[in-house]
Amino acid sequence: MLEVEDVYAGYGRIPVLSGIDFTVAEHEVVGVLGHNGMGKTTLLKTLIGQVPVTSGKIRFGDTDISNTSSFRRARAGLGYVPQGRAIFPNLTAYENLRMGFIEDGIHSEDAAVKDVLARFPRLDSIIDRLGGALSGGEQQILALARCLCGRPKLLLLDEPTEGIQPSIVEEILEILIGLHRHQGLAIIVVEQNLDFIRRLSDRVLLIEKGTITGEVSPEALGETQELGGYVAAG
Amino acid sequence: MTRFLRENAALVAVAIAGIALLIGLPLVLDLYTLLQVTLYVIYAILALSLAFIWGYGGILCFGHSVFFGLGAYGYAVSVINMGDSTLPFLIAIALPAVLAAALGYFMFYARISDVYVGVITLTVTLIFYNVVNSTAGPQYHIGEALLGGFNGMPNVPSLNIPFQPDNTLEPAGMFVLCMALLLIVYFGLHILLRTRFGRVLVAVRENEQRVEFLGYDSRLHKLIAFSIGGAIAGLAGCLFTAWGNFVSPTAFSVVQSAQIIIWLMVGGAGTLLGPVIGAVAISWLTVQIGTQQTVNANVVLGGILLVFVLLVPKGVAPMVTERLVPWFVSLRRPAASPRNVAGESKA
Repeated sequence: MLEVEDVYAGYGRIPVLSGIDFTVAEHEVVGVLGHNGMGKTTLLKTLIGQVPVTSGKIRFGDTDISNTSSFRRARAGLGYVPQGRAIFPNLTAYENLRMGFIEDGIHSEDAAVKDVLARFPRLDSIIDRLGGALSGGEQQILALARCLCGRPKLLLLDEPTEGIQPSIVEEILEILIGLHRHQGLAIIVVEQNLDFIRRLSDRVLLIEKGTITGEVSPEALGETQELGGYVAAG
Repeated sequence: MTRFLRENAALVAVAIAGIALLIGLPLVLDLYTLLQVTLYVIYAILALSLAFIWGYGGILCFGHSVFFGLGAYGYAVSVINMGDSTLPFLIAIALPAVLAAALGYFMFYARISDVYVGVITLTVTLIFYNVVNSTAGPQYHIGEALLGGFNGMPNVPSLNIPFQPDNTLEPAGMFVLCMALLLIVYFGLHILLRTRFGRVLVAVRENEQRVEFLGYDSRLHKLIAFSIGGAIAGLAGCLFTAWGNFVSPTAFSVVQSAQIIIWLMVGGAGTLLGPVIGAVAISWLTVQIGTQQTVNANVVLGGILLVFVLLVPKGVAPMVTERLVPWFVSLRRPAASPRNVAGESKA
């Protein structure tokens, strides 16, 4: 589904990703683990087109999207939930959801929003509230739901549990597991929460200094000695 | 129906007030005042054009007068050559729209930052101003229309009833047309902003990158909004020339551009009613100050701008809706008396 081949990317003259190589198969959940500043967020930003590729190739399906603009990647089926949620604070939760709908001539906006709302019962009670007035956890759920309104084929999640209370983390995890199991949604999740990434991922990539340095099974995440260099202590 | 009225009470009130003014003012005002009010209405249309692209699209156009001036000159040149104002009216709208589309294409598709968009539009205005200003000789003409340079173009024919060049509009007819066009632009923009395009445009203003992640081409949305704004400014320019039967390079001036920004800052850039109020109020005030010799008009306008920037940064309309209306509502709500409170606690 996604092939990342020897990708170099960075901000201006500062290189961040140095020869990234990996693939994501259909219906697969891939976790990405690494310390702060190792290039996890830049990797997702490069995949969605926010950070330009300086060399290498990104193929999504049969198409080379290395130089494609962000909105075209989103229309092609890449859904991105960035760190910090990126909710529109002056729009209501419902309007935020409507913004996530991508027209394809087949689905209707109302049906897509209704379908997503059925998966997120927590949104019912806050549907008319402004995005900026929601709690961090509610914003995260809204950001995820908004992204799903666009019917992505591959979901890119950047630290979805950051600053979220445990009960909502659990709720998000159950929703994502459900989407993966029942709809076969492919996911790349960048996360520092070991339990979250272990329960969600099919395999976990380890990233260090902008390069994929290894791969572990989710079960191996319990062996903290091996992972000491990739996650924050404590 | 009741639900529609409740949800759109403010819009219904504006519609009723607008239609009442459209019908009533020509009956009660003397000719001079009616002509002045017509000019204010034209300025209100001009203010709406910038309100749409700046207030809702987030595109700060420092040289918005270029579209106003192009509409004004486009109408003048074409109506002098054609006689009938029907086609010139459309040319005056189309010409600035095309310029805005061309300019917008290079600015937005090149991902030029907001500050540079302001600088580029300002520069384009200055170029137009200087070029038109230096066309005073008889050799500068387009067809039969002498451009006139800094002297401007006098004796520009008024608007006529479509395809009837001999039936030109009288001042009352001109007022009714301008007022009707103001209402059409106002409600047209309201409807546009409620569509998917309008929602995305507002989202682009909030955060362009976020919108792109959701699959929208922010550049295209900005380009369309900029072109619509240019077309509306051109419409105002056309009406301005037809109203005074005269146009000069001051239509392209930086002062004209600054004035539009002041109207928006006073009225409230993030609304549609605010800029209309700002344009009418400031234009009226400028005329009133101009009738006396004690105070310089520019000093007063500068002072007003300072006061608004410092004390009412969002402008009049948002202040009324966000602060005064809730305060007024709280005043009208009867406070609970101690006896009632006691009764409630017993219950």
